[in-house]
Amino acid sequence: MDDRRLDRALLIVILALIIPGIAMLYSAGQADFPTIAANMWVRQLVWLTLGTFVAAMLFRVSPRVVEWLAPYLYIATIILLIATLFAGTGAGTAAGAKSWLSVGNIRIGQPAELAKLATALMLARYLGSRKDAPKTFFDLMPSVMIVLAPFVLIGLQPDLGSAVVLVGILFVMLYWVGVSLRLLLLLASPVISLFLAFSTGLWGAWIIAITILLVWMRPYVREGAVVWFGNVAMGVFAFGLWNRLADYQKNRILSFLNPEVDPQAAGWNVIQSKVAIGSGGLFGNGFLEGAQKRLAFLPAQHTDFVFSIVGEEFGFAGVAVTLTLFGALLIVLVRIARTSIDAFSSLLVAGIIGMLFVHIVENVGMTIGLLPVTGIPLPFFSYGGSFVMICSLSMALAFRTAWETRYGGYAEG
Amino acid sequence: MKWNHPHAIGRRATLGSWFIAFALGTIGIGFFRLQVMGRDRYLFQSDQNRIRPSILPAPRGLIVDRHGDILADNVPGYTVSLIGSSRDSLTSTMGLIADLIGLDASEVAAILDRPRARIDDPVVIMRDAPFDVVSALEERRVALPGLTIQAEPKRNYPHGDIFAHSLGYVNEITQQELERGSVAGARYGTLVGRSGLEREYDSILRGSDGRRHVEVDAFGRTVRQEGVLAPSPPVQGETVRTTLDLDLQSFVQSQFPADARGAVVAMDPRNGDILAMYSAPSFDPNAFVGGIEIDLWDQIRNSEDNPLLNRAVQGRYPPASPWKLAVATMALRRGIVTMDTQMTTPCHGGMAYFTRYFRCWRTEGHGSLTLAEAIQHSCDVYFYQLGLQIGLQNLLDDGTQLGFSRLTGVDLPNEVQSFFPATTSYYDQTYGPRGWTRAVTLNLAIGQGENDQTLLNMMRFYAALANDDGVAPTPRFVMNEPVEHRSASGLRLEPTQIDELREALVMVVEQGTAVRSRVANLRIAGKTGTAQNSHGPNHGWFIAFAPAEEPEIVVGAIVEFAEHGSDVAPIVTNVIARHLFGADETRDRSIRLVVPADSAPQPLPLADSVLIGG
Repeated sequence: MDDRRLDRALLIVILALIIPGIAMLYSAGQADFPTIAANMWVRQLVWLTLGTFVAAMLFRVSPRVVEWLAPYLYIATIILLIATLFAGTGAGTAAGAKSWLSVGNIRIGQPAELAKLATALMLARYLGSRKDAPKTFFDLMPSVMIVLAPFVLIGLQPDLGSAVVLVGILFVMLYWVGVSLRLLLLLASPVISLFLAFSTGLWGAWIIAITILLVWMRPYVREGAVVWFGNVAMGVFAFGLWNRLADYQKNRILSFLNPEVDPQAAGWNVIQSKVAIGSGGLFGNGFLEGAQKRLAFLPAQHTDFVFSIVGEEFGFAGVAVTLTLFGALLIVLVRIARTSIDAFSSLLVAGIIGMLFVHIVENVGMTIGLLPVTGIPLPFFSYGGSFVMICSLSMALAFRTAWETRYGGYAEG
Repeated sequence: MKWNHPHAIGRRATLGSWFIAFALGTIGIGFFRLQVMGRDRYLFQSDQNRIRPSILPAPRGLIVDRHGDILADNVPGYTVSLIGSSRDSLTSTMGLIADLIGLDASEVAAILDRPRARIDDPVVIMRDAPFDVVSALEERRVALPGLTIQAEPKRNYPHGDIFAHSLGYVNEITQQELERGSVAGARYGTLVGRSGLEREYDSILRGSDGRRHVEVDAFGRTVRQEGVLAPSPPVQGETVRTTLDLDLQSFVQSQFPADARGAVVAMDPRNGDILAMYSAPSFDPNAFVGGIEIDLWDQIRNSEDNPLLNRAVQGRYPPASPWKLAVATMALRRGIVTMDTQMTTPCHGGMAYFTRYFRCWRTEGHGSLTLAEAIQHSCDVYFYQLGLQIGLQNLLDDGTQLGFSRLTGVDLPNEVQSFFPATTSYYDQTYGPRGWTRAVTLNLAIGQGENDQTLLNMMRFYAALANDDGVAPTPRFVMNEPVEHRSASGLRLEPTQIDELREALVMVVEQGTAVRSRVANLRIAGKTGTAQNSHGPNHGWFIAFAPAEEPEIVVGAIVEFAEHGSDVAPIVTNVIARHLFGADETRDRSIRLVVPADSAPQPLPLADSVLIGG
């Protein structure tokens, strides 16, 4: 096995993202008054080195071994998540949540990050072992159950962002395995109902639409009933939930819709991020010159809002290039998943695509207020040891899959 | 077809790739809107975040005396203030600062409750902070986000209480004034003139503040002082050159009895230049500059002596004998008498008028006197008869015409109008149509009764006597304006009559009631007086001008309760000598206590049943 036979396109795209990623992290540390972010880029380099080392090891492991390991890793993750709920601590930008697992006073990692990969592995093993795609609503349930366990455990931390990533992984993998879009829509419908319930009119329209859809699709009666009642139940639940939310929680939701509702607290991050990005203009203020960043107006500038620095210092040009690189990364991964003749590996890469896609879209989208602030990191940019490790492992699996396709002894189908 | 058959998976891969491109493209459009279309708005917001204007306070203009000696200038002071984005952050930083400079909880609350125009305007913690406080805070600046220490010019009156009433004082603008916008270009902390010339010429003295821009970070810490935006320098207010004479004013204060109340004014009769104006007791205007201590303020306000009152223009006193010159003027110009006319009733220490006996101040009497002699000896009996000859209505008309119910128009705020009734209807309204008799004429004729004059208004009359044309200039403190003759109507006397009146006044000093105050080699024309005071001991007057032939200075003094041993006439003559001869020529004249006692005591009722007002 020759390391130099890594997938060339994937390698180039990854390097093209890691280098500006470190540069932005360095910039994030350059403030007029030194902040906690001052030396994060050095620590990130250490994590990347460690990640590369672990990735190189994983690259040498056969997909069959990984597939065999998947259930054990999944169960171990569930245990870690449960342990986190009881012994977890908050830290950094997620100070309010119990998301860190510590031994003594040393934080050793965020199990939620591991859960993303472990869930993808477990799903890939389960779906890959099937002969065909699930065709009915109930047939989707084993896959849903695999995701639901870590979803609930992470949601209880609470870490809504990471939980949503799991949903993204589920939907992308189900799509990849050939589940029809209509069935996916039925699966998604209760969640959509949950969100639309905040507006009575929209929710009513949604219930009518889902009713028509069910009549048109003619699923089994019991399935149809479950979906329909599920939608109604979510609406009722959401209504009750909204009234029980504390004011600050309502403010968070409202401030997503309009950050000016609460400019000093909940909306602050988004407003300052938008100011940073917007003031960047077409070509930005120049490397290290971001005023919002330099003067600490930009919150969490080395983690959640590192992309705002791209916008402020390199302007729309820098944003467009970075988004294109992320797009290229995802498309290259799609190609690797598509060309893989191994069902497990193909699905695993699809899961990785789902994970990265949600991270990228959600993180970048929240910096300009398109999506609510959930605080999940941007791959290759945000500082964070656990996530760097997960990304490294994911890329190792993708490299191995591409390698298998080309050199694994099978002809490309 | 298996799910991962190349055709099926190829379709999904293509659709998936498009979806990825669509999602990222949508986000890209969002960035385009923000960065390319909304740039100006966000750049503005970014600048608003980080660039904070910092006021460069304009120093007030100088106030100098006629020779250019400084009466009011500015010294550097330090203002400690705090910038914070929220009440919480201010409170926590204030807690640290309070420990350092020793503020208690209520003081901290009072500081934080001070209203500000904008939430991120600085909260002023301490104006005119002492240097040890400044250095203590400066050392810990890193731990005190939002702390700013700014050099701010502080008003300084190098001569302290000597000029307090003419210069006035300044203090910080009030919240109400800021809200009303009554002071142009003001900001929180602007110093505003509160009395005296500081107030009268406030808009000229104030200047205009400059602005400098500093860059601050999210915690309000100043990051960069220079080169943020071009600063606009502060423009100092204009210098006001006054007519005052530092040397003469200081001399006046040194001559005034230490614990007495009263006022002294020295004026150039030719142009109205106020050379000195002193009111006692005085106060130190420096005490008001940095925000006066509440104790001291209460002490000043509630003082029985009322030191804030400018007794030269705000204190009204019965004009007493100096007013006899006004009666003489009326009689002369109406042709009722000449300087040599004698009255029908010689003075035997008093005269009866209807039911009362009106006494002369000199109980043994003056005998028969001419008008000139009556002025010289201030004979009350002569003027009782003269007043009756003029008649009450003519007395009221002429007194009003001579300006005894008018403001002098001096350029000081809050000048109090002198009181003199215009018609007899005043008496009807005050006492009722039957409540008074013509006997009020006798009181008016000797400067008592319904007649209250400020020192400056009386001096204006004597300034008219000092001028050959009998017209007094408007008193003024600032030189650069042309001389204005407000009382252009003047005395309406012939020049010879004026000369004769002056000669009579000279005799007052040479041989009359002020003989003990005469100055060798100098002919001083003056008139003493004792104002009846129903509240206590009488007030002493003396107004004089010199040299009598060609007067260059008129000086007036009033000393309250002079019966307690104050000296009036020598103060005036010494000031005149100081002005005309300078410091070297003024002999060291020990102050002798002379009580002018030339005013009539209260008339005795002849019959108990009749009670007459006044």
